[in-house]
Amino acid sequence: MAYRLNELCSIYPITPSSTMAELADEWSSRDRANVWGTVPTVIEMQSEGGAAGALHGALQGGAMSTTFTASQGLLLMIPNMYKIAGELTSTTFHVAARSLATQGLSIFGDHQDVMAVRQTGFALLSSASVQESHDMAAIAQLSTLRSRVPFLHFFDGFRTSHELNTLTMLSDDDLRTYVPHDLVRAHRDRALSPEHPYIRGTAQNPDTYFQSRETSNSFYLEVPGVVRRAMDEFAALTGRSYGLVEYHGDPEATHVLIVMGSGAQTCHQAIDHLTAQGEKVGVLQIRLYRPFPVAELLAALPASVERIAVLDRTKEPGAGGEPLFLDVTSALAEAVSNGERASLPLVIGGRYGLSSKEFTPAMVVGIVEELQREKPKPRFTVGITDDVTNLSIEYPADLDVESPETHRAVFYGIGSDGTVGANKNTIKILGGQEGTYAQGYFVYDSKKSGSRTVSHLRFGPEPITAPYLVKEAGFIGVHHLSILERVDVLRTARRGTVVLLNTPFAPEEVFAHLPEPMQRRIIELELELYTIDANAVSRAAGMGNRTNTVLQTCFFAISRVMPREEAIAAVKASIEKTYGRRGADVVKKNHAAVDAAIEHLHRVEVPDAVASDKGLIAPVPDHAPDFVRRVTAKMLLDEGDDLPVSALPVDGTYPSGTTQYEKRNISDIVAVWDPETCIQCGNCSFVCPHAVLRAKYYPEPALDGAPSTFQTAELNAAGLPGAKYTLQVYAEDCTGCGLCVESCPVKVVGPAAGTGGERKAINLAPVLDREPTKQNVAFFEAIPVNRRSRVDFAQVRGVQYLEPLFEFSGACTGCGETPYLKLLSQLFGGRASIANATGCSSIYGGNLPTTPWARNKYGRGPAWSNSLFEDNAEFGLGLRLAADLQTDLARRRLEQLRGEIGDDALVDDILTAEQQYESDLSHQRARVDQLKERLDSMTGPQAADLRSVADHLLRRSVWIVGGDGWAYDIGSGGLDHVLASGRNVNVLVMDTEVYSNTGGQASKATPMGAVAKFASAGKETIDKDLAMQAIAYGNVYVARIAMGADPQQTLTAFREAEAYDGPSLILAYSHCIAHGIDMKKGLDQQYLAVNSGHWPLIRFNPVLRMAGKNPFLLDSPRPRFTLEQYQRNELRFRMLKNVDPEGAERMLEFGQAQVERRWRDYEEMATRGASEFAADAKE
Amino acid sequence: MERAIDLTTTYLGLELAHPVVASAGPLSQNAAGVRALAGGGASAVVLYSLFEEQLRAEANRDAALLDAQEDRYPEATDFFPDVEVTAKSAAYGYLKLVEESAAQLDVPVIASLNGSDLGGWVDFARELASAGASALELNIYFVPGDVRTTGDLVLKRHLEIVQAVTQAVELPVSVKLSSSFSSPGNAALQILDAGASGLVLFNRFLQPDIDIETLGMDNAFELSTPHEGRLPRTWIAAIRNHTQASLAGSTGVESADDVIKYLLAGADVVMSTAALIRHGRDHTRTLVAGLESWLARKGYASVAEARGLLALPADGRADAFERGGYVAALQAAKQRYGSL
Repeated sequence: MAYRLNELCSIYPITPSSTMAELADEWSSRDRANVWGTVPTVIEMQSEGGAAGALHGALQGGAMSTTFTASQGLLLMIPNMYKIAGELTSTTFHVAARSLATQGLSIFGDHQDVMAVRQTGFALLSSASVQESHDMAAIAQLSTLRSRVPFLHFFDGFRTSHELNTLTMLSDDDLRTYVPHDLVRAHRDRALSPEHPYIRGTAQNPDTYFQSRETSNSFYLEVPGVVRRAMDEFAALTGRSYGLVEYHGDPEATHVLIVMGSGAQTCHQAIDHLTAQGEKVGVLQIRLYRPFPVAELLAALPASVERIAVLDRTKEPGAGGEPLFLDVTSALAEAVSNGERASLPLVIGGRYGLSSKEFTPAMVVGIVEELQREKPKPRFTVGITDDVTNLSIEYPADLDVESPETHRAVFYGIGSDGTVGANKNTIKILGGQEGTYAQGYFVYDSKKSGSRTVSHLRFGPEPITAPYLVKEAGFIGVHHLSILERVDVLRTARRGTVVLLNTPFAPEEVFAHLPEPMQRRIIELELELYTIDANAVSRAAGMGNRTNTVLQTCFFAISRVMPREEAIAAVKASIEKTYGRRGADVVKKNHAAVDAAIEHLHRVEVPDAVASDKGLIAPVPDHAPDFVRRVTAKMLLDEGDDLPVSALPVDGTYPSGTTQYEKRNISDIVAVWDPETCIQCGNCSFVCPHAVLRAKYYPEPALDGAPSTFQTAELNAAGLPGAKYTLQVYAEDCTGCGLCVESCPVKVVGPAAGTGGERKAINLAPVLDREPTKQNVAFFEAIPVNRRSRVDFAQVRGVQYLEPLFEFSGACTGCGETPYLKLLSQLFGGRASIANATGCSSIYGGNLPTTPWARNKYGRGPAWSNSLFEDNAEFGLGLRLAADLQTDLARRRLEQLRGEIGDDALVDDILTAEQQYESDLSHQRARVDQLKERLDSMTGPQAADLRSVADHLLRRSVWIVGGDGWAYDIGSGGLDHVLASGRNVNVLVMDTEVYSNTGGQASKATPMGAVAKFASAGKETIDKDLAMQAIAYGNVYVARIAMGADPQQTLTAFREAEAYDGPSLILAYSHCIAHGIDMKKGLDQQYLAVNSGHWPLIRFNPVLRMAGKNPFLLDSPRPRFTLEQYQRNELRFRMLKNVDPEGAERMLEFGQAQVERRWRDYEEMATRGASEFAADAKE
Repeated sequence: MERAIDLTTTYLGLELAHPVVASAGPLSQNAAGVRALAGGGASAVVLYSLFEEQLRAEANRDAALLDAQEDRYPEATDFFPDVEVTAKSAAYGYLKLVEESAAQLDVPVIASLNGSDLGGWVDFARELASAGASALELNIYFVPGDVRTTGDLVLKRHLEIVQAVTQAVELPVSVKLSSSFSSPGNAALQILDAGASGLVLFNRFLQPDIDIETLGMDNAFELSTPHEGRLPRTWIAAIRNHTQASLAGSTGVESADDVIKYLLAGADVVMSTAALIRHGRDHTRTLVAGLESWLARKGYASVAEARGLLALPADGRADAFERGGYVAALQAAKQRYGSL
């Protein structure tokens, strides 16, 4: 709707609004016109601030312009929103309303972002459903053009933005009728033009600013009427009727709820349930929130109302109440005081649904019951347990008010296994049947690999208006055995629910393999149990591990949502539609899979009695810390909703290193070490994205008591005769990505047993029994970590002995970023502070329940924090500045206390320590420990002062890490400024050349010719050479690295960057799932990237410049491959041939020329004299 | 004045200046390569084969990559814009090569399609025709690795493909077939009956070798050698007088002698890649010059006069011809190597 009614979309990706912008970009790249025949321009900016700026300019230029955003993105638009409103400019923003980053970030939905812009002068219009979002988008557009007041149209992030539901759409003709073109021309006529020039944006003074601010009042007064008229016209056109505020319930209600957004639908259902029982209740839904429609609100409230509960999906700490509550209260109070109303009802205010917290009809009933108490809580929360301030209210959690006519189904799957896709397809099939309505909503856990997905589907003969998860399902599909071992998958079962399990077991064996609680529920609730070995059926049908067709067929066969034969025919027809373009053989295979599915689907005979004593797998081990057992474990069991307020940290501070307690076992194949052939080079351990390959050497006696399957080899390093070596695979944490196998230089003659492929010193093999691994890991952990002072850090071989303090993250299988972070943690983790830009690395680095940044045995480890997306460099600089201040204070106090300490040598050593290399640092740490011991026995404020900052006498390693979206785009200005500051910060850019976290949008690092979102037609400009920008300063250490091409250069660059007393910038090539590659080949692609000249390895070391040498080092050999040889392995480049083959060829030519040109420049620089580079005044 | 010798020949209805044609192979991978082949004197150029199944496999691989990304986590339900990934678009480069070559060259350009099942042949054939190919060579590379596959089925597959393609396009279609039929001559004639305008004898199956060091298979491709020309010549000689359709001899063309032998057996054209790789694109001229001087030496005024002189008469007994050749060969071997 927004696309069809605008000429410009000025956008920036942010979840959950990105999809709107992506669709706009796709349509634009396919030349799809808006309703007036113009193909809208879609421009991706460097930030939401930039998007708002460009939008403001476009509006002033007369273009019909829009944007899509959410959360902190909307906050970045605020300055422009004031301007746009102050200038009475017509526009509609579409916002998928989302939580704000406060004590923690959340991508999920509530109204905090929208409420933060209610003062800007934008009109705020709220939608409660998918259909309303479509309709209100048109109503907002017509209203803004008529009123000149800018509109913000919002709907609930995820709950509405990502819900699939049956939708009736307006045609282009409808829209042309609805939004008269003369309004568009009037908007255009208000544009700036040198043909009739005037100026806008003057600077005003005390004499007139105030009055000027009052000039727009009349426009705002008219808005409710304008929207009312737009809604009436819309009703006339479509039959769908809306009000600014809308009352639903008993016309003589005494108790009324007031709510906005999708929660209104939930309230409707609950109110219907209560009125059917004779309760005098109702709900008032607010659609137009700003300007607040006081008159309409008062008119819509039944005169009989005695008590009102106002529900806000937001939180304003310290406020007298949340905004909607205050608005309602003031409207009522004023009405009473001016005599419009006889009495003031009791009004209470409550918060619900923050961060997409479930909001159910049961909760609504709970609110009504609270309202009916003699003394209801004046402020309350619902949906959580607040055992600290006791604001939460009780509700009848088991209440289910849904129509029995509605089929409800729940499916458990794993991310990317096809479950969600198949369910979306099922919704299309069923929603496409005459007279059937369908709804789908999908819940994911927080990991990027092996994440659990739960699909909630509803179908029925009436429109489905239930914006909450399925509570009681008639069908439950469990698509992976591993899920039912870990969580209660029958939570939503009711009597007679049909349950489908995908298991490898024969029908007569299945039941015995189920956990005891599951068996019990199956018997108690008389569940109808079915089983299929979907993996085997799919493999036999030639579809590999894609089980979606098989399992979807089973659903249709046994769920009774449609007559079986009809359903199967519909599935087959849908397959033809979906896969037709992939060729007849693909369709044939899928059709065969449908038939085979029916053949291999079996009903399980359920015995009368439970036959297992096996419970669910414990989410964390008994030895886990208290917090992990009490809090983290609940989240892992999908029971985080039950955690009370008191269980959670007050300021968002969580313990480090909790991924070690979550043994996810997500892969059926894991790395297996071959001690016989291993040359102990450390390559595999170096590249392992999940830190599951750990090496130690130890004296032979350490093997006493080793489990029989514990693997060991003679250490092959010189100087340690008789020492043993073990490379331990943490198999329960291994994701089976295979990067280790790729990196192994050993090529063993002969295929590995059973694999048929080539064998190396590390291989992937199926997991047969997890028990020995657990014992071996436990034994390995008991062997002491090798002392850092005995390890050669300068060699990749040595790094394997350094303990990783970044482990088992939930990053994608085979992630190209995490090996760099792991290396950082191994080298500097014990004294590192890390500022992490929002993005992939902040999600796999900091998304609850478990986080990967860990501690060593001394309790030291990286101190990690994520501020925002845009400010990361500045945030990290702040960490540096604070550290420098405290170091400075410590040094001063140390001097002052020299006499009292009584050890001049110690004080001098501390103050003059070099602290450049590991040996210096370990000596300094020992000295600081000695000092602290001394200080513990001293008294007085100065000693206490020194004690509080003594740790800063050890040089702190400040790291600023993030992706290219941050470094090249949104944080570019800040990064530039921080690099120019000359301060000792280390910046690590993990460059995937695309916005990976939000789903593959182009950044300024995206190479020419790559297809990405917002570059559907292939990126037409070359990527920014950030390295050269930084080199221009002369005093910035710069390295461009790629672990897969040259691990040694990677290691050297990290060490040089950290040792350099000034700003450092490391640009690390990170292969990524968003490149469209076989992730197993990620390192090979890195090699090609470097050796085709796409990513030349360089180092620029100002220290060399100071020593009179050329600081610019070209570390990679002259390109030996063409750019095409690198690009052809990546779908992002291949895809352009589909879209625009000629363009693809042209861009490849340009790209190749650019590679050659840049190489010549670099070669020339590598041969310059030192004096031809900028010098640092510090010299 | 020396009498001019008429070297012209007709292949798939195309008038060619002489019978030496560049066969499908690595030399025609790009427009420059095709130009060099024509510039070197080839009377027609068969482009390298478009491996239809490979394209389809690539398209399916891309689709699988997209599937593997789908619905991964809440912020990224996919990673690419919704772009159609099909084999057809992947063939773009080939179609463009056909188009450019056809426009630039004054010798006919024959497109070549390689595959083993019906798949997308028809679609591609249409595309190739509209891109400007003068003719189409179907390279039916069907290795019945599944030993349950019967010989009948193999031939049936060939006939299906030929019928489907020849019905779909106006272009003359030749079929490059393998020698591994129970009755190659009969198979050839059935394929012609199914609608093909000509045959190319024979396709060489890559025969992987065993590497005793790695205990793996070695797929190294080897260029053909002159003695490999004997088998196709035998069957060209057998078929020649049973059909008016075009026959092309492929495999083992190293020198003008090999070209002449093919013509004597009854080939309309002779195709070579190996010799051009070994001796350069201009080697075509050497072959043609050798042919011309032989014709002059033997007193033939044209290629047509020499063609098929040693073909088996239509009413002759091919088995006797073959058996005779076999017996004679054994006799010769005995003389050379002693008793066998």
